[in-house]
Amino acid sequence: MKENSCCEAETGTSPSGIQIQPALPQNTEDEVCCGPPAGPPSSPFERPGYQICGFVENFIESTSGRIPRIKSALSISDMAGTVMTRIGINRNNYRVAPGLYGIGNPDPDSPVLVTANYKLSFDKVRKELKYTDAWLLVLDTRGINVWCAAGKGTFGTEEVVRSVKAAGLDTVVSHRNLILPQLGATGVSARQVKKECGFQVVWGPILAADIGKFLDSGMKADQTMRRVTFTTMERLVLIPVEISIGLKPMLWIVLVVFILSGIGPDLFSLKAAWTRSLMAAAALAGGVFAGAVLTPAFLPKIPGRAFYIKGAITGFLTAAGILLWYRQDAGLLELSALLLFTMAVSSFMAMNFTGATPFTSPTGVEKEMRRAIPMQIAAVFLAVFAWIGAGF
Amino acid sequence: MKDFRYLEGVTTLELKEEKCVGCGVCETVCPHGVFRLENKKAVIADSDGCMECGSCALNCPASAIQVTPGVGCAAYIIQTWVKGKEAAACGGEGTGC
Repeated sequence: MKENSCCEAETGTSPSGIQIQPALPQNTEDEVCCGPPAGPPSSPFERPGYQICGFVENFIESTSGRIPRIKSALSISDMAGTVMTRIGINRNNYRVAPGLYGIGNPDPDSPVLVTANYKLSFDKVRKELKYTDAWLLVLDTRGINVWCAAGKGTFGTEEVVRSVKAAGLDTVVSHRNLILPQLGATGVSARQVKKECGFQVVWGPILAADIGKFLDSGMKADQTMRRVTFTTMERLVLIPVEISIGLKPMLWIVLVVFILSGIGPDLFSLKAAWTRSLMAAAALAGGVFAGAVLTPAFLPKIPGRAFYIKGAITGFLTAAGILLWYRQDAGLLELSALLLFTMAVSSFMAMNFTGATPFTSPTGVEKEMRRAIPMQIAAVFLAVFAWIGAGF
Repeated sequence: MKDFRYLEGVTTLELKEEKCVGCGVCETVCPHGVFRLENKKAVIADSDGCMECGSCALNCPASAIQVTPGVGCAAYIIQTWVKGKEAAACGGEGTGC
């Protein structure tokens, strides 16, 4: 928190940086730590209608205007932002202004690193540049991470060329190299960039964590830096978002299940709707848990290559627990419906997890979907018929 | 990614070895080590490791590589079925990958 201290600000290194950005929580911290006496004056860099970003230290004057010098240390609010996006809150609007930034004491010979304007990506990169003097060229990827943006084309050749020109990079640095993350290669043609703006693309490591090593070894990436990984930790952090994606449809399904559960000899029984929909809701929650938590967590351990199979397996195991729990309360027909429903939900959720993995090919995913979706729909239909039938 | 293997024999990846100039950019950009340089020519060493990201084909100076690139994401593919390729976004309401 040292860099946010207002006392430091009073001695002249006030944080600054011009940007049209969301409000800064740091300002309130300043008030607290300085107490009732007036706080530091406004930064000379402030402009009406603009707000200063907390990650900006001060400005570097250059021939192509003022370039914000950013901090490498992450503040509490940066970390809180990371946690929020990981649980799916504000995830689609977590961005920084695109353009050129500096870090440390960059000069015309300092390397230029290129990244996305998803703030999670931006934070990961600057955190790794603690002891480095470098330029950071942030592309307008609409707040999407490097890989997904490269797949969509926003982290692309055109955007690299546009950003280089917009920042006047050829006047800021004397060399003509751009270090791009390797996963950006899906959207960027290095030859085309060279042709259109004169800068040579050097493919950097996949992970921001390897940037230091990459720069220290004279811009050489070894094989481990060039291979994408999907460790247990890398999978676990994705789980909250997977669940949050499932939440909204879950509410609708619960409503439908409530209506279906009440249908019986008396046309509709509220009591039956309540007790039976609780069981169905448990099966639904079990299916989401199996598909969005168990499957990602134990992915390499679960048999099968296709994700719908992996999901059906975790769904079966979870359903077994649910059936055991309800063995006294439900008949055979209802229990089979619960089993089918849990497995179908889990299988579908697991299949959706393909989008979060770094190794599934579109041809492969489409192939498994064409096989799996009819089976999942059939399972849900059977479950619905059995469920309604058991009501009579 | 030897721990993670996806479906076999599905990739659309093709390499025309006679066109290859041996620059090795495919080996560099591929995140799955699909290519290897042998006698100054690229060879496909692990075609089932390919996830069709398209980085090799886009960066090959000799157009020796062909692949139908895309994202291996079920939510996205469903959207292309429902809304068509142009309107499809990643995941529901812009979430997902």
